[in-house]
Amino acid sequence: MDMYKENNHDNPPAHPFSKGGMRGFLKPLIVALWLSLLFLPFKGIKAAIVFFVIASAILVSAVFLSGYQNKFALAIKTLRVTVQESGLFSRKQIFVLRYACLLSLFVMPLFARDYFLDVAILVGIYVILALGLNVVVGFTGLLNLGFVAFYALGAYSYALLNTRFGLGFWTALPFSVGLSAIAGFLLAFPALRLRGDYLAIVTLGFGEITRLILNNWDSLTMGPNGISGISAPRIFSLSLGKLSYFYYLVLFFVLITFFITKRVYSSKIGRAWVAIREDEIASSIMGINTTMYKLYAFAFGAFWAGLAGAIFAGKMQFVSPESFTFMESVLILCMVIIGGLGSIPGVILGAFILVLLPEMLREIQLYRMLALGAGLVLLMVFRPQGLFGGRGVSFRS
Amino acid sequence: MLKLKNIHTFYGPIEALKGVDIEIRQGEIVCIIGNNGAGKSTTLMTISGILKPRSGTIDFAEERITGVPPYRIVRMGISQVPEGRRIFPKLTVKENLEMGAFPIRGDKKASLEFVYNLFPVLKDRHMQLGGTLSGGEQQMLAIGRALMSRPKLLLLDEPSLGLAPIIASKIFKTIREINREGVTVLLVEQNARAAMKLSGRGYVLENGRVALEGTSEDLLSDEQVRKAYLGE
Repeated sequence: MDMYKENNHDNPPAHPFSKGGMRGFLKPLIVALWLSLLFLPFKGIKAAIVFFVIASAILVSAVFLSGYQNKFALAIKTLRVTVQESGLFSRKQIFVLRYACLLSLFVMPLFARDYFLDVAILVGIYVILALGLNVVVGFTGLLNLGFVAFYALGAYSYALLNTRFGLGFWTALPFSVGLSAIAGFLLAFPALRLRGDYLAIVTLGFGEITRLILNNWDSLTMGPNGISGISAPRIFSLSLGKLSYFYYLVLFFVLITFFITKRVYSSKIGRAWVAIREDEIASSIMGINTTMYKLYAFAFGAFWAGLAGAIFAGKMQFVSPESFTFMESVLILCMVIIGGLGSIPGVILGAFILVLLPEMLREIQLYRMLALGAGLVLLMVFRPQGLFGGRGVSFRS
Repeated sequence: MLKLKNIHTFYGPIEALKGVDIEIRQGEIVCIIGNNGAGKSTTLMTISGILKPRSGTIDFAEERITGVPPYRIVRMGISQVPEGRRIFPKLTVKENLEMGAFPIRGDKKASLEFVYNLFPVLKDRHMQLGGTLSGGEQQMLAIGRALMSRPKLLLLDEPSLGLAPIIASKIFKTIREINREGVTVLLVEQNARAAMKLSGRGYVLENGRVALEGTSEDLLSDEQVRKAYLGE
């Protein structure tokens, strides 16, 4: 609780119009102009002008009403605190509320249509992926642009073990997950000699190499045709191929991922990761074996990617290199950044938003990627630390 | 206790230390003074293992520590307060201190109590984020953090940097107190006068070489030192 209060020192809730006069308007106006320019090629100049007027009106008034980003930031950051302190809900009621939410996750398949379950499963897989990447990027501050490679390894290892050797999901799972973790370790070993951007490039290369190998090693991976006929996970004789059953499987793994990453974050290892992110030299002077802990972070993150991959293969019952492109890495990274680097609830929210938004925007087909991109830019302009970026990351080094 | 012999350290092609010999005995306060770029911080970073010397040897308590990784050196009992404090701004004061005790297994309460006694202000602010402390408090935090691993030798890199004189003298007083508790201190300072008042012996570094060494009294009365470092 105190942590949130202390944070307020960083952003005194100054009103933008109180000082600098017009300058408070400038940012939303520029953003509106930029948005309308985006729409210009699609709808012509008239529509773009109308759009500009509407967008700037909305943005300026939003900024005016919210007292600029400070108050907005404060509102989100202290949402939990204010709800608790307002006396609207007692601690007990919040406790109940939290479990009610959890319960609703459990009973959802009883009411929801298949489409919703399908989307929910997808969300779950991405939550696992995003939580895994968050360990590397959010906690430890190492930019990994090839995260999808571990996802692919998890998926393909289950696919191959299942189709070639007839291993079931649960028997194959330790291999998939272990293989991904070991790959994370092996990649990190040479890559961690590099810093910042250079590390990012190497991981990006690793992601591409993995995809290209999957695409070209025809005898093993069937190349671009992919591997089909993967069997769905089963518990004893019960096949989890049915959507609602599979949903519970995913929910189970999401909860496991959530609790374990949370526990590890608040352990000594997690503290070491954060220290490395904050100041690597200071960390090694403090007696942290920085190389070792960075290796752990890579392997631990890759572990979850492997898990998500195996689940993905079990869900789709088909894998192909197409599912593991660089864009996928970027998407997962976006989830982590939108939610707020290093914040577990934030990252989960980020995964929800980035899976659900394109689904909800399906109505406007052509524009949905545009709208998504615009939304991302808006977020980065007004809230660069992400939605939940509480204690956040200090970008230095 | 600590013995540097003919240490040569490079930053890429640039030779920052050109054969440095330094010796520190148990229980001493030794200071290193010198201008910017003389190699003071490089010396400390080399002792801590962050930088690897290209040649020369470092011995600590009868053990060769040249090339030993920094986290092991901390475990052997050498702790550094780096230049510019380098506290963790997004961790609380208490978390910062706990990071200092990272290599220690088991109970950290005694060390924490020791640091809180030394700097009561840290106890008052233990829940505050490190980055929100004032410069002087941050320096105290940095020193406290370094003491958490219960070092035998404490390396201090410009503890008075950017502090008001009154705060700086407070810090110097605490350093003496720490020394009385049995911690050997190697102090790097720009503030030559204060440093030599505090220490028994000193080294003057110039362009990566030891230009002068001796007891602090000798150095303080040395003509060249007075001219170059004391502004007389």
